[in-house]
Amino acid sequence: MLDKGFGWRTQGKGAWPLAWCLALALMLTLMSISVPVRSQTTADLDEHVNRLTSELRCLVCQNQTIADSQAALAVQLKNEVRQQLAHGATDAQVRDFMVQRYGDFVLYRPPVNSATWLLWAGPALLLALGATLAGLHWRERRTAFRDQPDSILTDEA
Amino acid sequence: MKRYLLPFGLFLALASTLALGLKRVDASDPQEIPSPLIGKATPAFTLGQLDDPQKQFSPQNLRGQVWLLNVWASWCTSCRQEHALLVDFSKQGVLPIVGFNYQDEREAGRKWLNDRGNPYQLTAFDADGRVGMDLGVIGVPETFVIDKQGRVRYKVTGPITPEILKDKLLPLIKELKRA
Repeated sequence: MLDKGFGWRTQGKGAWPLAWCLALALMLTLMSISVPVRSQTTADLDEHVNRLTSELRCLVCQNQTIADSQAALAVQLKNEVRQQLAHGATDAQVRDFMVQRYGDFVLYRPPVNSATWLLWAGPALLLALGATLAGLHWRERRTAFRDQPDSILTDEA
Repeated sequence: MKRYLLPFGLFLALASTLALGLKRVDASDPQEIPSPLIGKATPAFTLGQLDDPQKQFSPQNLRGQVWLLNVWASWCTSCRQEHALLVDFSKQGVLPIVGFNYQDEREAGRKWLNDRGNPYQLTAFDADGRVGMDLGVIGVPETFVIDKQGRVRYKVTGPITPEILKDKLLPLIKELKRA
């Protein structure tokens, strides 16, 4: 296809920009056609399966992801995920499939619910607690300095 | 002294939270994953039976009865200790026990039952483990207690011990049969 585009060189100088434009247009067309085709390839599916299963916990070897594990069940689940994705399932559908069978435990990113809210809110709560305590402490010290004008720090200031 | 009270209180709170967490892990195996199926309908499936592929089994067949679904495989070593207990228990005729032969070879499964006795009313044969996946089978053995409405009420992960049978399964089965 490209050979044909370069073949127009013989048409003289004036034809150059046109030839390039046509070649570019042809390339873009080919690229736009090949994009949807490419997403069906095994490499892309592999990548998708891998991305999704790295967020899923292997049930047998619990500190590994399904993507990393070579355990029989993990391999079977990887194949299942691959099959479902190939049939057009969304990530959410695949995750639901897993949770229905193995519980939230299978998710490395657990959902926020009554059992996990403390896990999610914990860091923020601790930060707020720390900030409050620090603030109180700071205020106390300020009050203390104000009330004791003889203290060393106040003298320095 | 007073200024240490707050940090000390926080330390105590943290320590007791962690201690509680540790105790919980200690009481029940951390490997044990609670089944999301508990309280829900047993997933529908139809499988051929181990001794005759032409004969089908579906959990629907046992509606109205309390029964056990026992997942096993001939390659599973910890199924051995459990199997003897099941053979004994089945002789008491308390409830139907259905076998679920998981990712096994038909011949090996049959031989296992011939050699060790058959506690099962029938055995469903799940060669590729696809139905096992719907049941959320993680390892063998696993045992589901299913009530008259076809709901999963309890799941034993790992072999049933005499203690589990006496303290957990029998009281539950009694209660479910009354219901």
